[in-house]
Amino acid sequence: MKGALENIRVTAREQLAAANDLARLEELRVSLLGKKGELTAILKQMGKLSAEERPVIGQLANQVRAEIEQELADRMAELKDAAMNAKLEEERIDVTMPGFKSMIGKTHPISLVLDEMKDIFIGMGFSIVAGPEVELDEYNFEKLNLPKDHPARDTQDTFYITNNILLRTQTSPVQVRTMEKQAPPIRIISPGRVFRSDAVDATHSPLFHQMEGLVVDKGVTMADLKGTLELFVKKLYGEDSVVRFRPHHFPFTEPSAELDVMCFNCHGKGCRLCKGEGWIEILGCGMVHPKVLRGCGIDPDVYSGFAFGMGVERIVMRKYNIDDLRLLFENDLRFLDQF
Amino acid sequence: MILSMKWLSEFVKLDDSVTSRDYAEALTLSGSKVEGWEKEGEEISNVIVGKILSVEKHPDSDHLVICQLDVGKEEPVQIVTGASNVNAGDIVPVAMDKSTLPGGVKITKGKLRGVASNGMLCSLGELGLTSHDFPYAIEDGIFIMQEDCKIGQDIQSAIGLDDTKVEFEITPNRPDCLSVIGLARETAATFDKPLELHTPVVKGGAGNITDHLSVEVQNPELCPRYIARMAKNIKIGPSPRWMRERLRASGVRPINNIVDITNYVMLEYGQPMHAFDHKFVAGGKIVVRNAKDGESITTLEGVEHKLTPDMLAICDIEKPSAVAGVMGGEYSGINDETNMIVFESANFKGSSVRLTSKALGLRTESSARFEKGLDPQMCMAAVNRACELVELLGAGEVLDGCIDIDNTDHTPHTIPFTPDWMNGFLGIDIPAEQQAAYLEKLDIKVEGDKVIVPSFRADIEDKADVAEEVARMYGYDKIPVTTISGMARGGLTDRQKFDRLAEQTMLSCGLYEIYTYSFISPKYYDKINLPADSELRRSVTITNPLGEDTSVMRTTALPSMLEVLARNYNNRNASAALYEIATEYYPKSIDELPDEVPQIMMGMYGAKYDFYTLKGIVEILMDRLGIQNWDVEPQHDNPTFHPGRCADLLVDGKVVGVFGEIHPKVCQNYEIGTKTYVARINADLLYAAERPEVEYTPLPKFPASARDLAILCDDATPVRDLERAIRSASGKLLEKLELFDVYRGKQIEEGKKSVAYNLVLRAADRTLTVEEADNVVKKVLKALDAIGATLRS
Repeated sequence: MKGALENIRVTAREQLAAANDLARLEELRVSLLGKKGELTAILKQMGKLSAEERPVIGQLANQVRAEIEQELADRMAELKDAAMNAKLEEERIDVTMPGFKSMIGKTHPISLVLDEMKDIFIGMGFSIVAGPEVELDEYNFEKLNLPKDHPARDTQDTFYITNNILLRTQTSPVQVRTMEKQAPPIRIISPGRVFRSDAVDATHSPLFHQMEGLVVDKGVTMADLKGTLELFVKKLYGEDSVVRFRPHHFPFTEPSAELDVMCFNCHGKGCRLCKGEGWIEILGCGMVHPKVLRGCGIDPDVYSGFAFGMGVERIVMRKYNIDDLRLLFENDLRFLDQF
Repeated sequence: MILSMKWLSEFVKLDDSVTSRDYAEALTLSGSKVEGWEKEGEEISNVIVGKILSVEKHPDSDHLVICQLDVGKEEPVQIVTGASNVNAGDIVPVAMDKSTLPGGVKITKGKLRGVASNGMLCSLGELGLTSHDFPYAIEDGIFIMQEDCKIGQDIQSAIGLDDTKVEFEITPNRPDCLSVIGLARETAATFDKPLELHTPVVKGGAGNITDHLSVEVQNPELCPRYIARMAKNIKIGPSPRWMRERLRASGVRPINNIVDITNYVMLEYGQPMHAFDHKFVAGGKIVVRNAKDGESITTLEGVEHKLTPDMLAICDIEKPSAVAGVMGGEYSGINDETNMIVFESANFKGSSVRLTSKALGLRTESSARFEKGLDPQMCMAAVNRACELVELLGAGEVLDGCIDIDNTDHTPHTIPFTPDWMNGFLGIDIPAEQQAAYLEKLDIKVEGDKVIVPSFRADIEDKADVAEEVARMYGYDKIPVTTISGMARGGLTDRQKFDRLAEQTMLSCGLYEIYTYSFISPKYYDKINLPADSELRRSVTITNPLGEDTSVMRTTALPSMLEVLARNYNNRNASAALYEIATEYYPKSIDELPDEVPQIMMGMYGAKYDFYTLKGIVEILMDRLGIQNWDVEPQHDNPTFHPGRCADLLVDGKVVGVFGEIHPKVCQNYEIGTKTYVARINADLLYAAERPEVEYTPLPKFPASARDLAILCDDATPVRDLERAIRSASGKLLEKLELFDVYRGKQIEEGKKSVAYNLVLRAADRTLTVEEADNVVKKVLKALDAIGATLRS
């Protein structure tokens, strides 16, 4: 009997190894382990054995059964793996084929830059204020310390609707409107369209965008102006940007300054990009003129503030190396798709 | 303003180590922006003074001659020239072998008709000069020099072509810096050097002015000060080289001694001067008055200008002889026969000069200075300087006395000196004495607690202006960098978030953002088929537009969108899908600002797009913006759109926009050869619509029952009618209703269509029984039956 068990063990091993599909495995399971199987047949004869032999043969029979079960399971797993691998091989695709893209639109480069600038200032606690584009002379000029006969008016070629209504030449009137409405503290930016009667060419447009900012509170200093704008420039152009403040003149600020950033190309040596100056002018700024504050009902002996303004298109053109301003308003998809 | 560094050095001595670049940088940072600088004669190299030893005929040419020249070297140099004005003994500029001339010209030795020529003799033009610079020389021949110079000397130093010109951008508040003295003051303060000014001294003695001239100022408001001085026995001739050099370096062309003197004084002091020929001052009287109607004047450049009564004129007893502060008359100007002259050194009101110069289209060095507002107290020094120069140049004899009609206030303007406030305002900490010292450098005196503003600094009105002077002398770069203190309520408003959400939604629907002009041509209203009586044709009109194309503020952004679509179509972009939140401008009464309304504009053409793609985007937009109570209504009468493919968008029962296929005629007007779809939705009205807060609904716990219904109805029945019937009949149990097919054709009766719906029914608190679901379907079919729709069998 012992010999018969050993025999089953050996033949079972051979048969399992030879089985090549799951159906054959099932057949073998039935013939080896099933109720009518070989092992069961032997176990049925256990009764004939002596009391001494019985546990020995019983143990051997269980051992053989366990071994066959294990080998059956292993072989089963092997065959399943092989089948799956064959299927995976069949499913192989060319992963270098292009992907299917869902159609998603793109933001205009002016908005990209404006959004970036807005986000920087929002991070510093500013809010965004808009104002009318068709504006009163009073707000665009007079309340900004530019009376009717002021020579600086000539430099801003203005589109007029009537004697007193015009297309705003700057976003500064929004500052005046804000100061009239809101008591300090004020911390705003006002991005928007402005209009000047410049004929269209590669660097001029009768319509362009500005972003102005205004801070008014007790104890606001020129050092605060420098700190705020330096932070802005470093966020916009990178932490290693070098800036300088240069005295300038604007009727609505005093002292006034222009902010230059060191030329990214030549690092101050002077090149074609910066027209040999080594610096690129980014924005105008200054401490709000006491007359302007007073005109808006804010006491300049109690409050002080600073204001700044910049042309957006120039920053856009520099950022993306765009050499013709007209592209921004032509809206050709081949252009818009590049951003 | 172009500054001659040689001229500057008369007033301030800079260290030799200061390069042009250092100078430019320092002045720029102290507030006088330098635009650039140029060394005169920089393009010239290896051109030296030579003396012609002999002139021989060229053996093989009739028009060439061979010159031997002494150029200060051991051997003479042989040069062949075609010029006919050279003789032995002449001193000439010699461009040697390997020399350069203005305009990138290079000279090398060579042979001319077989004869060696080791350089070139130069004309004025070849050195970049004209006969205005050297009036004794001719322009069409070699420059025969009459200068005091050495053989072999560099030509630049020999003819004074070695100045450096620095160009400044002077801001309109600083007319005092439109002068050598003004810039010298800034230079001295910047480099901490003394400013050496000179007080003009006039000998006079040639009689008394009052015997020859009287002056009457009729409009002291426009002419606060008028000074006249005279000289006689004038000898008109060229001015000396030093004066011509300085004028040339300053960009002013030398004319003759008297004209040059007026220009020289203007450049030096910033005070425009004028010289009249006394013989043409009728009645020996100068009257400063407004021009009369019908008066005109032919100015120096020979053009006749009509004057109007708002313009100030300098007249004699009969007629205008100059436009005050702008330009003199041709008739009374200086000429070769002039014997007696009147110098005018006056102050005119800036705004008046500006308006007059603008109206006449005449902008001069004089008007550009006056219109910024000049110091009336410099008139005297300037006129004396002119007379001093007349004597110095030997151009005539100056009469004693001057006529000074002075209506100005000589009391200096004072401002409280507030060093503590200044420190607080600027965010710095510098002692009062130091602040005062900065101001003194600019000739702004501090006396006790007062700042005394000099008359030439009318721009300093307030303590903030004084702060700027202190700040720029201290150095903007030395002001510390701090952050603003305190909290602020920053961030986007609800409206800004709403707009951002709308834009993000359109972007994710595949639309590209565009930027269009706010102004259009009134003709564009025709292009979009707007009826002649449409209210939208009344637009805000620009009185001084660049052209008709940009002359009115749009009342509809449809033309803007169509134009961009047309441009893309024309540029052969196969398809395009675009959006813009575009402002429209609706006029109100004449003195009121218009209403500015933002419109959500969407536009598209191409194979992927049809009416329903556009409608799908509108639906997504409504969903994302949280607008629930919206609907569409067919719109057959909008002239821009296809009458059968256009719908109004309604929110809370009110029209907020329109969308659909563009009318083929309008497409034709824009030369778009394909179907085009546009939407225009009022963003303000959308924002105003009810947008309920999002509230979570628990996920269903019980299964749903689904039923598909194919419904047969008239082809003309809008599916919305079917949907309404289904919804009202099925009540609360209807969770979702989806149209999944519309079929016309085989097996369907002509004029009918089959519309297939999927209904999802569910109760929140139980599993629906089959009977309940069937019951709903029964009710639905009954309701459909009432509107002539039946279940397709």
